[in-house]
Parts: sequence; structure tokens; C-alpha cells
Amino acid sequence: MNAMGSMMTSKAGDNSLQAFDVARIREDFPVLKQEVYGRPLVYLDNGASAQKPLAVINAMKAAMDTCYSNVHRGVHYMSQRSTEAYEGTRETIARFLNARSSNEIVFTRNATEGINLVANSYGRKFLNAGDEIIISHMEHHANIVPWQLLRDQIGIELKVVPIDDDGNLDMQAYADMLGPKTKVVAMTHISNALGTIVAIKEVIDMAHEAGAVAIVDGCQSVPHTAVDVQDLDADFFVFAPHKLYGPTGVGVLYGKEDLLNDMPPWQGGGDMIMSVSFEKTTYQNAPLRFEAGTPPIVEAIGLGAAIDYVSAIGMDNIAAHEEGLLHYATSKLSGIQGLKIIGQAKEKAAIISFIMDAAHPHDIGTIIDRAGVAVRTGHHCAHPVMDRYGIAATARASFGLYNTMEEVDALAYAIGAVQEMFS
Amino acid sequence: MFDDLRDLYQEVILDHGKNPRNFRRPDEFTVEALGNNPLCGDALVVYLSMDDEKRITDIAFQGHGCAISMASASIMSELLKGMSVNEAEALYKAFHDICTGEKEADDVLVDFGVETAERLHMLSGVREFPMRVKCATLPWHTLDAAVQGEQEVSTE
Repeated sequence: MNAMGSMMTSKAGDNSLQAFDVARIREDFPVLKQEVYGRPLVYLDNGASAQKPLAVINAMKAAMDTCYSNVHRGVHYMSQRSTEAYEGTRETIARFLNARSSNEIVFTRNATEGINLVANSYGRKFLNAGDEIIISHMEHHANIVPWQLLRDQIGIELKVVPIDDDGNLDMQAYADMLGPKTKVVAMTHISNALGTIVAIKEVIDMAHEAGAVAIVDGCQSVPHTAVDVQDLDADFFVFAPHKLYGPTGVGVLYGKEDLLNDMPPWQGGGDMIMSVSFEKTTYQNAPLRFEAGTPPIVEAIGLGAAIDYVSAIGMDNIAAHEEGLLHYATSKLSGIQGLKIIGQAKEKAAIISFIMDAAHPHDIGTIIDRAGVAVRTGHHCAHPVMDRYGIAATARASFGLYNTMEEVDALAYAIGAVQEMFS
Repeated sequence: MFDDLRDLYQEVILDHGKNPRNFRRPDEFTVEALGNNPLCGDALVVYLSMDDEKRITDIAFQGHGCAISMASASIMSELLKGMSVNEAEALYKAFHDICTGEKEADDVLVDFGVETAERLHMLSGVREFPMRVKCATLPWHTLDAAVQGEQEVSTE
């Protein structure tokens, strides 16, 4: 990783792998210049939400400064420009995920809403009592609870693929679970609590062989690795723009166009209709069918800027940088006595959950916070994962494109302070 | 970096956190309640034994949580034993107000004595850590729930 330090001569806009210059990238994020408690901010809570580059902040400001209006409604100049920017982002997302068409990109409020949309719309139309949905033991609550609600409404069964002690998905158990009753496989691409990278393409292939559709929770994968929905052959795929250095308030659901157009609307209102009378209403095709009401216009535009930003750097370059951080942090933290890393899957993203003999995760979080280090503490909206390991909570460091080896050192130093405090 | 942390994690707190007193499930008790903090996963059960005159004859707890919540439960169990339920409720309210900054620990001096005031003052270090106030108050909310006859309470 010394390579990174020697690349200080790169030119602006030159973001090839050889030029991955984390110092320059950090300049793009105003918040990172901040000090907390008199110490430089070390932001390692990217798995919860990532910081925003100037490109995103400026794009959102510019949208409101110059072309803000409601979309799809007016013939006036401002509405046209706003609509172009909003729909332009849809095109940007389609290219970013390699969707066949921007008609496959639905804007939602957040990733959670995307899963709820599929559960409610696809689930209620195509699933019947006795059908089975398969999820994994390491799902975020957002990919558990919507299916439980559906289960309680229509009497389907929820099956859970186990994980081993290291956090690897039990593929054999998954294969055994699949059957003629399986209608939906809903699986995370990367576990938010453990960092496990699931062999999602294989999971999807196997789902298809069983005649099921596959929905992928890509919240932790999209910010950290290139995703090609056609290559994966995912039927549905959701991600959270705010974890991709974009704004909150907007989410993305990808769905195959023919599937989306076979699905009934989930929410009703303006923008999603073709015609309305009191007797009968006809609906737009996807994606507008699923976008009732005024959408998050400025947020969508901000997301477009975030995608342009990470694309210019290159998702593969970001993945390589974060892999370096993961390896360094893993070796650094593994060497700390009394610290145990929860989740040591063969394929891992730059997420390290850990517990300590000396202190509860919340005490760890509070103490290292005073050293300027922000990590997540708690159950990470993944109670079943915590139960699997017989713990109530972990501390979790999750890395992003702007994190550095020095920040890993700062984390390790702060953990030393925890030990000192509790010795 | 350590100064304000030392106010929170005082020796006494660390000691109670590591070796909580009255950490047990009594064979007999009058009421119990489960306290949950769904945000962080802390959970504890408070067991209360009372005599006919509603005096607390025994108080114990079990559960898991951070050093602050365990220490608060432990100290609470020591403070409340022997009090009437009404006194315990008054102290619960006072402690709540101390943690949220509406009262000072000294305000309980007259009614509850120096030692109690000192103990509450120790726990009130959470005032400087707003995200941790719930850790300190969870055992007390659970106690209140037990007294009120509620079986479960949650804070977040």
C-alpha cells in the first residue's frame, strides 16, 4: 500500500488505478477536514451512511439554484429542465448498473421501500399460501420484515439459509432448501453486519433453476464494487444512494422490465396513472407506475452526481483501495489481545465487526468517539446475526473510498485507549 | 481525550459494571419487569420484593448491557433496598431529571442523604454523552415499570 503514498503527482481528473490518490480524493469531501473533540475526524461508519463529496453537494445546490421545479408536469422551461435532470439520473443509474433500459430503474424513498414494493406488489400478485421465500441468516431487517408481513398476510413460508461460524453462506443448505414451492429468493449481496460477500450470481442461478425470482439487497455492494445486473441476472436489485456518497431520501429499485410491467401499482396517486375516472383508472408502465406522488427530485439529481463521481474514480479502483484497507485493518485488529472479529468469511468486503473482552460495544463506541473515530455500535439492524453468534451487539468499522491506512492506525490506537480505560 | 471519559467511566462505575451487585434472580419476588433498549440491544429484568407496607425488601436484576447500564442497575439495587415504593419512585424521577440536566444531584441531598446524592452524581456523568443517557436510565425505567405493574418497557 506504499503505492498510494507515492502517487501524489496525479493530475486532477486522472483517476486511473495508478493514480488512486486518497489524499486528493479526501479534498473532495468537506466534512473530512473537520475535527471532533480536537482530533481529526476518522469516519469509519460508511456502512451506515457515507459522507458527501462536493460534486454531490454542488449538484443539489445547482438544481435548486437554477432549474428546480416539479417533474413530468409542466410545459414550462423549469419543469422541462428539472424533468431532464431527474430522468437523466435514471439513465445514469441504468448505465451504472448495466440495466437494459432506464425503464428498469424505479426511484423509491430508500432501499427498504424498494424491498417493500416488491414484497407487496410482486408478492401479493404472484404468491399464494404455501409458497416459499428463501432469505439468509445474515439479512438486514429490511430484507426480513417485509417478507414476514407478507407471510402473515397471505400465508407463505419463510425459509432461512444458515451461515457458518465464519459467516459464510451454507450453499449446500441453500441448494437443499430450493424446490418447486420456492417463489422468491431474497438475499443480501454483502452482509452489513459481517462483511460477507455472497456468491450472489450462483445464488441467483440456482433460484432461477428452481423457477424462483431473485431480489438482491445491494446496499453494501453498490458503493464498493462494480455491479452488472445483467451479468448477475438479478430479477430485482435495490441499493441505498446515501451509502454511495449520495443523498438520503432517495432509493433505487432495479427490476426486469417485463416483471415490473406485470406487477400492479403499490401506491396510488399522481404521476403513476394514464387516465383517471371515478369508474376506472389505468396506469403508466414501469417505472412511473411505481412512482406515485412528487418524487425526490433534488435527491435524485444528487445521486446522479454521486454516480458520476465514483464512476470517474472507477468502481474497480475503489474496490482495490478498500481491499487494501480491509487487509491492513484485519491484520492490525487481529493482533489486539482480547479483540475478536465477528465475521471472517472467505470473501469479505471492507467491514469489520468486532467485540472485546474488556468492554461492551457501546463503551467501545463512546471511548473511541472521543478519539475522533466514528464506528457503528449495536446490532446493525441484524438481530438474527447477533443471535447466531450469541452476542447482543458489536462495534463495526466500515470503510469507504476516502479512508486511509493512517485512519486504521487511529482506530487501533483508540481501541488501545479502551483497553487502558477498562484494564 | 480521557478527561471527560474519566467522568463517565469512574472507578466506581467500572467496578459496578464489571462486578454488578445483586445480579441474580431471587427465588421469590413480588413483581418483575423486562427493560429493553431496542436501539442497542441492552436488556435486563428487575426483580422486586415488597412487604405488606410496600417497602422494598429485596431488589435484584439480571441481563446484559454496557458498563453504564450494568453499573446503574447495580447501584440502583443498592440504593433502593429498604426504601418504600413511594421513595423509590421519587428517586427514580429525580434521577431521570438529573440525567437530563433538569436537576442536580445535590437536589436529592435533603430527602435521601449524602451517599445517595454522591452515587447519583457519579452516574450523572452521562449528561455529557447524550447518546448514553438511555443506558443509565434503562434500569430505573424498568424498576418503574415493575412498580406500575407493567411487564415490559423499552427505551430508545
